[in-house]
Amino acid sequence: MRALLIRDLTLALRAGGGFGLGLAFFLIVTVLVPFSVGPQAALLQLIAPGVLWLGALLACLLSLDRLLALDFEDGTLDLLLTAPLPLEGALSVKALAHWLTTGLPLVLAAPVLGVLLNLATPGYLWLVVSLALGTPTLSVIGCFGAALTVGIKRGGLLLSLLVLPLYVPTLIFGAEVARRGAGGQEVTTPLLMLAGITCAVIALMPFASAAVLRMGLR
Amino acid sequence: MLRVDDLTLARGGVPVLTGLSLALAPGQGLILRGPNGAGKTTLLRSIAGLQPPLSGRIEGAEDRVAYAAHADGLKAMLSVTENLAFWARIFGTSDITPALDAFDLHGLADRLAGTLSAGQKRRLGLARLLVTGRPLWVLDEPTVSLDTGAVALFAAALRAHLAQGGAALIATHIDLGIEAQVLDITPFRASAATRVGASDEAFL
Repeated sequence: MRALLIRDLTLALRAGGGFGLGLAFFLIVTVLVPFSVGPQAALLQLIAPGVLWLGALLACLLSLDRLLALDFEDGTLDLLLTAPLPLEGALSVKALAHWLTTGLPLVLAAPVLGVLLNLATPGYLWLVVSLALGTPTLSVIGCFGAALTVGIKRGGLLLSLLVLPLYVPTLIFGAEVARRGAGGQEVTTPLLMLAGITCAVIALMPFASAAVLRMGLR
Repeated sequence: MLRVDDLTLARGGVPVLTGLSLALAPGQGLILRGPNGAGKTTLLRSIAGLQPPLSGRIEGAEDRVAYAAHADGLKAMLSVTENLAFWARIFGTSDITPALDAFDLHGLADRLAGTLSAGQKRRLGLARLLVTGRPLWVLDEPTVSLDTGAVALFAAALRAHLAQGGAALIATHIDLGIEAQVLDITPFRASAATRVGASDEAFL
């Protein structure tokens, strides 16, 4: 499993690997928001947590169609299926590699971009906490979507349509944590909900992903 | 080592093979022949565990198969050594030197797999079989895009594998010059009547 993780990270960092695409997209979306709503500091402060969360979510979505499609095209998936590695484990590792190359940079960049949106001072900590808790879910659910659409030519758009509704609970509670944190309110309830969703998704989703992938590769 | 009993296989919901049985002992090679579309690939994929048979049994294949098909599972942005070392670690082995030796890849060891020619890629894909350490090779047209020298290298590697007590099931149309039985699968072609109730696709 470590070999797979190291290989995926190496590939992401080499030319054409797509590392940094999501981050650049996140940056551009966040920079465009103040242009589109105008220089109203109070309004920006109000919408900052939601915009940052939505930006991170869309940036995560951007690289999902590469998650399994490339391995499908060159036959790696077939060979992994005959390997002694459990497919559930292999898919979890691929989701982890996706999070490390896409989700984690977003979490780290979010506070910097918060400045552009005039995010309230107490909000920075909770923005980072909620993104750190929520973005792994985005990768794991995304891996399920990628497994579902593997083998479909240009399945990227279909993948987005399938995956976005599944992102709704994470978005609601994640953005709520960031919003309440920025407003100085109690964050316990949404934070626990977010953590609960993440734990459940990480524990259960790989089994669903492996099941649909086995069916898709027949 | 491998036993296949009364197998019925479908491709895309349409049965292609029926009533097929075969057995492989250690040290034995079996060449599959048959016209295009006869079901060679489907049979090999089923034995590798990539698709379930409609009926029949496959024994002794699980966790013992090294499978090689048209796609070699190579990453263009990894070097020859990195590609091999990755598959070695996935299959729990570590020594890739014998594989590099057997397919004469030492001169290419540091090249990116994306810059190799089709025949060189194939050689790397076949070298992967050696690093898996698996006893049963299931090969689908292994000699595609190989030149005569490379085919000889492959035949030598295959002979060594069989001599060590391994077994091989190969779909190929060329003569590899090895001692192996030949099985023509044309007589096992499924007729239209096998279709009835045989497909699960309609309900999925």
